[in-house]
Amino acid sequence: MMGAAALYYRRRAVNGVYLTLSIAATLIGLLVLFLILWTLTANGLAALSTKLFTEMTPPPGARGGLANAIYGSVVMTAVATLVGTPIGVLTGTYLAEFGAGSRVAPVVRFVNDILLSAPSIIIGLFVYELLVVPMGKFSAWAGSAALAIIVIPVVVRTTEDMLRLVPGSLREAAIALGTPQWKVIVMVIYRAAVQGMLTGVMLAVARIAGETAPLLFTALNNQFWSVNMGAPMANLPVVIFQFALSPYADWQTLAWGGALLITVTILLLNILARFLASWSNRTP
Amino acid sequence: MSADITITAETPRAPTLGRPIVRPQEPAVVAQTSPKVVIKDVRFYYKGYEALKGINLALQDKRVTAFIGPSGCGKSTLLRVLNRIYELYPGQRATGEVLVDGRNILDSGQDLNLLRAKIGMVFQKPTPFPMSIYDNIAFGIRLYERLSASELDERVEHALRRAALWDEVKDKLRQSGLSLSGGQQQRLCIARAVAVKPEILLLDEPASALDPISTQRVEELIAELKSDYCIAIVTHNMQQAARSSDYTAFMYLGELVEFGDTEAIFTHPREKRTEDYITGRFG
Repeated sequence: MMGAAALYYRRRAVNGVYLTLSIAATLIGLLVLFLILWTLTANGLAALSTKLFTEMTPPPGARGGLANAIYGSVVMTAVATLVGTPIGVLTGTYLAEFGAGSRVAPVVRFVNDILLSAPSIIIGLFVYELLVVPMGKFSAWAGSAALAIIVIPVVVRTTEDMLRLVPGSLREAAIALGTPQWKVIVMVIYRAAVQGMLTGVMLAVARIAGETAPLLFTALNNQFWSVNMGAPMANLPVVIFQFALSPYADWQTLAWGGALLITVTILLLNILARFLASWSNRTP
Repeated sequence: MSADITITAETPRAPTLGRPIVRPQEPAVVAQTSPKVVIKDVRFYYKGYEALKGINLALQDKRVTAFIGPSGCGKSTLLRVLNRIYELYPGQRATGEVLVDGRNILDSGQDLNLLRAKIGMVFQKPTPFPMSIYDNIAFGIRLYERLSASELDERVEHALRRAALWDEVKDKLRQSGLSLSGGQQQRLCIARAVAVKPEILLLDEPASALDPISTQRVEELIAELKSDYCIAIVTHNMQQAARSSDYTAFMYLGELVEFGDTEAIFTHPREKRTEDYITGRFG
């Protein structure tokens, strides 16, 4: 039998050990993150100039920027988000609002979870077979399609989760007024869940902004300024991939600059998503 | 039809007995009453479980009927049958008849949105929509009517006045409904229900989440609204039932044990179980 005092000291000791381990683990995680950010900033700052945003990717040995790659990334990310978000929101709405008692919904949810964790290179290959091979060329459309396929499961999941967080009493209150179901969903439930849903979209954007593998097989790359969605288009991840592996110092510097740019953008998107999520449920 | 006459005949003031009821302390208009809702042999099932075991009773127009009984005895379930909101959930079903103005609303042909426009409901927890105070009220009105901005303003003001909330919110109509206190939110919900001009109001423990002062305001409001609506209220608060209702139904384990004049139920209950419950011996 242990005395009360002995038990107390034992618990304190155990508590101390676990607290120390937890803090140490946290610090290791944070340290890695800060090392990445530090290396990126130290190397990338040198490349940061207005030229980065105005000049095209150069041939080896020449000076240049990333304008075409930045444009390509922004456009393909935007198209993928615009295509993937409505599909994702509607699917998530189906799962949360209409799926109860249906046999299709659990299957859709399961497949969506698989898609959510599918390696992005598989999605790249899939779109390659689906679009690039029949069209006979790499194109920005194919790149957008691959990214959209990555957006969909993220948005489905967050939309469903956020709609489920809306209390059933709110749904009942709207129904009890005699509101048709589509109006209940669009005018009451979406309004209650909009911050969380936006957060999901932000996270999806952050996820695809840095994807390289699906673009390698679809949009490929382009050394020149191109706004033709039917042709290969430059984009930051692939340019970074290509330039970072090259032996040329100029290209490597540009790769650092691009990496810093993407990281900062994703960081900002995540902060924005957090801000939206914590923004209390108010309407002006 | 003879079956439901015996039911309503349990209530001495029920007009099915064929004589007009005039209570001297009330204006004559209010005293004119008739059964608005007649519930006949209603049974309710959650999956296989029978939660209501053949309920028969009538709700009088322009009167308040209170439903009392221990938790899980089917009071709320009965209310949820009346506007068929239970249909949101698969596996729940009701049998029997509920006649509203003589029409069986459990008929599959009944338009649910029209039914719910006619039968308003207020829940235990305040449920303001995530929009402005003004829009909370206007939302329901816009579902049924196309009004000009000024007409809509008028209707919103009228509903808020009706719910005794106007003076507290008239300067902040554009603020979120969620910014109000719990008691104000509940009156906002009552205003929202009243704004669509229902004929029947179902109140499911409307004051149980409120402090005593807010509760009193809600009770005053019920007394006020009684002159225009047929009101059914579920409550766990005996005093509230005694204070604010004309008729009381005591339910126990899915059955209607006793139904009659509130005064009679609380002073000379006929059933032993009713007496035990209202004197606090169980429940």
